Amino acid sequence: MRRLFTFHGGIHPPTNKTQSTTQPIARVPLPAELVISLHQHAGEAAKPVVQVGERVLKGQLIGAPVGGFSAAVHAPTSGTVSAIELETVAHPSSLPELCITLRVDGKEEWAARHAVDYRTLCNAELQQHLRAQGVVGLGGAAFPCDMKLRHAIPVATLILNGAECEPYITCDDMLMRERAAEIVRGAEILRHALDAKEVLFGIEDNKPEAIAAMQRAIDDGGLPFEVVAVPTIYPGGSAKHLIKVLTGREVPSGKLPTDIGVQCFNVGTTYAIKRACDDGEPLIARVVTVTGNVAQPRNYEALIGTHFAELITASEELPGTNRYIMGGPMMGLELPTANVPLVKASNCVIVASDALFPPQPAPLPCIRCTRCVQACPAELQPQDLYWFAQSNNFGKAQEFHLFDCIECGACAYVCPSSIPLVHYYRYAKSEIRARDQEKRAADLARERHEFRQLRIEREKQEKAERLAQKERATAKAVTETAAVPTPTGPVAAGDDTQQLHINAALERAKAQAAAAHPKNIDHLTPEQQAEIAVIEARRATIHDIAADAGADDEPPKQS
Amino acid sequence: MITALWVMVAIAVVLGVVLGYSAIRFRVEGNPLVEKIDAVLPQTQCGQCGYPGCKPYAEAIAKGEADINLCPPGGEDGIHKLADLLGVEFKPFGENTKPRAKAVAFIDENDCIGCTLCIQACPVDAIAGAAKQMHTIIAAECTGCELCVAPCPVDCISMQPIPEKPGNWKWKYPVIPLRQQK
Repeated sequence: MRRLFTFHGGIHPPTNKTQSTTQPIARVPLPAELVISLHQHAGEAAKPVVQVGERVLKGQLIGAPVGGFSAAVHAPTSGTVSAIELETVAHPSSLPELCITLRVDGKEEWAARHAVDYRTLCNAELQQHLRAQGVVGLGGAAFPCDMKLRHAIPVATLILNGAECEPYITCDDMLMRERAAEIVRGAEILRHALDAKEVLFGIEDNKPEAIAAMQRAIDDGGLPFEVVAVPTIYPGGSAKHLIKVLTGREVPSGKLPTDIGVQCFNVGTTYAIKRACDDGEPLIARVVTVTGNVAQPRNYEALIGTHFAELITASEELPGTNRYIMGGPMMGLELPTANVPLVKASNCVIVASDALFPPQPAPLPCIRCTRCVQACPAELQPQDLYWFAQSNNFGKAQEFHLFDCIECGACAYVCPSSIPLVHYYRYAKSEIRARDQEKRAADLARERHEFRQLRIEREKQEKAERLAQKERATAKAVTETAAVPTPTGPVAAGDDTQQLHINAALERAKAQAAAAHPKNIDHLTPEQQAEIAVIEARRATIHDIAADAGADDEPPKQS
Repeated sequence: MITALWVMVAIAVVLGVVLGYSAIRFRVEGNPLVEKIDAVLPQTQCGQCGYPGCKPYAEAIAKGEADINLCPPGGEDGIHKLADLLGVEFKPFGENTKPRAKAVAFIDENDCIGCTLCIQACPVDAIAGAAKQMHTIIAAECTGCELCVAPCPVDCISMQPIPEKPGNWKWKYPVIPLRQQK
């Protein structure tokens, strides 16, 4: 038996998982329309690579990754692109994001699938393959998978995270029960890529069926993997905490698990990696739990881009619903409407009602009871962080390691004053990030401004030098041609060179004028020549008159 | 008596040498306060303070010639920071200096005649273009100083406020809705 470790804090909220595990994973009928967000992952949004009106096949690339920290987006089924527009998506801001709308044709026609044999691939090639297949972490953060393979190889321990600690969510549980063999296959791929010495499946002990299924799949494959039942505690499924429980080692603040020789993947992601490699299928569908105030709480395997409303309808929404939560009740976010599309990160949608989630009483002042300190799994001082965040004292909040907060909500759950603590931390974090961003922009602007000043100064100097050189050359020429009489006017000796320039310019102008001919007087008919002669005569008389008039106009001198 | 005098003189000489040496060895170039003030300023180089750039304004503040409330792009936050740094009282913005929403310049490329006047005006070289070639703003480098707007002979430069997108969205300060007692 493996020795397990514990972490500080944690809570035991009612798990509410049994409701949605009574029925197997179902499929919803193909929706008529899918809305695929181009920013479903952490990092840069993907760039659309299809046109409106274009027919796309299932699994065809429709959004290409931009830069190193991004993921590809694929068409979940065949159909026609009907719009590429800003649409409301599942984001706490409810601001719209660029989405591709796909009119589904129902033919489910696949594009070419590129299955690969992972044994022939090195780590870099596998990274490239997963990037092309748009595989991101399905645990909730949607971190591009290829980036997690990029660091520190080999790793000592590869952890497959099936803890699923948040209440209500059962998508990983059902996936492990039904598709254990595929998950084990995915784990093999990851072990190969990371050259891991030890592979552990961490599953909370409230999922005995999943543990049994995984153990069976490992035994069938005869693999040296180990399934470890970890105690049920929230947030035991957070990567850092699962690592602590399984290995006893702590990921240092600001570091990655790979820095201590551990890497952690969600079991859903592992399944997606298997599909991407063995079957050549990009990430176009995921298992999602629909639970809460519905008659049929269960899991669905739904295409990315399906509206939540369709899933909720399939589960038969009950009266009394007042809002919808994507994710779990602890860390999830409230959806603006049920009509937003499923993204790769959507593991669960909870149909909430006042009966299930009684409205929070109005917050009372903090009494510094430090129950939050006892609950905080990151060993922070939540009451101090709250104090600094609410007084906009961000420097102090950072000193108290605000950025080590994983926003699990354990502190707010135990708070007797019902203060929305996590909201304060999120506010402080986003303010600090914005300020850092501004600071960087200011530093860049300063650098560019200083360089510009330097450049202008340098250009001025160079110009002065060039001029001085030219002057010297001209002065030399003057002394050499001193014997030749130069036209002298009322010019001071010092202005000689200037006069020289002027004279030279005048000469040039004269020469140019002499060389210029009117170009339209060749090959003229006699009539035209006669006409020109008349005009010339008239011009001559005008000149004469003008000359006379000018002479007359001149004031008589000394009269 | 004489010995005591010599000892005092010797001490004075030694200390003098040490002080003289450290004055040369640890010499501080320029006024470090200017650097500190400059670090607080937003570096838009817009000249709205009446000085030709952030550094000259910082120098003026350090000398005590300028007030700390002349920098609209820095916002009230900037004044607070300057007040903290200099140990003076916070001073609100004057009547005519009010901070505006952040914006970046935008060149209507259909109208641009390629005169390069805006390029010469830009303090951070954030405009790409050449004589008789269309110009464009490098939005990521633009500080929103508006110095390019006035020189444009065809008025093709406008200031576009930076829209709020999910990428730059910030969590708002928690507001607790008040419910009426029944």
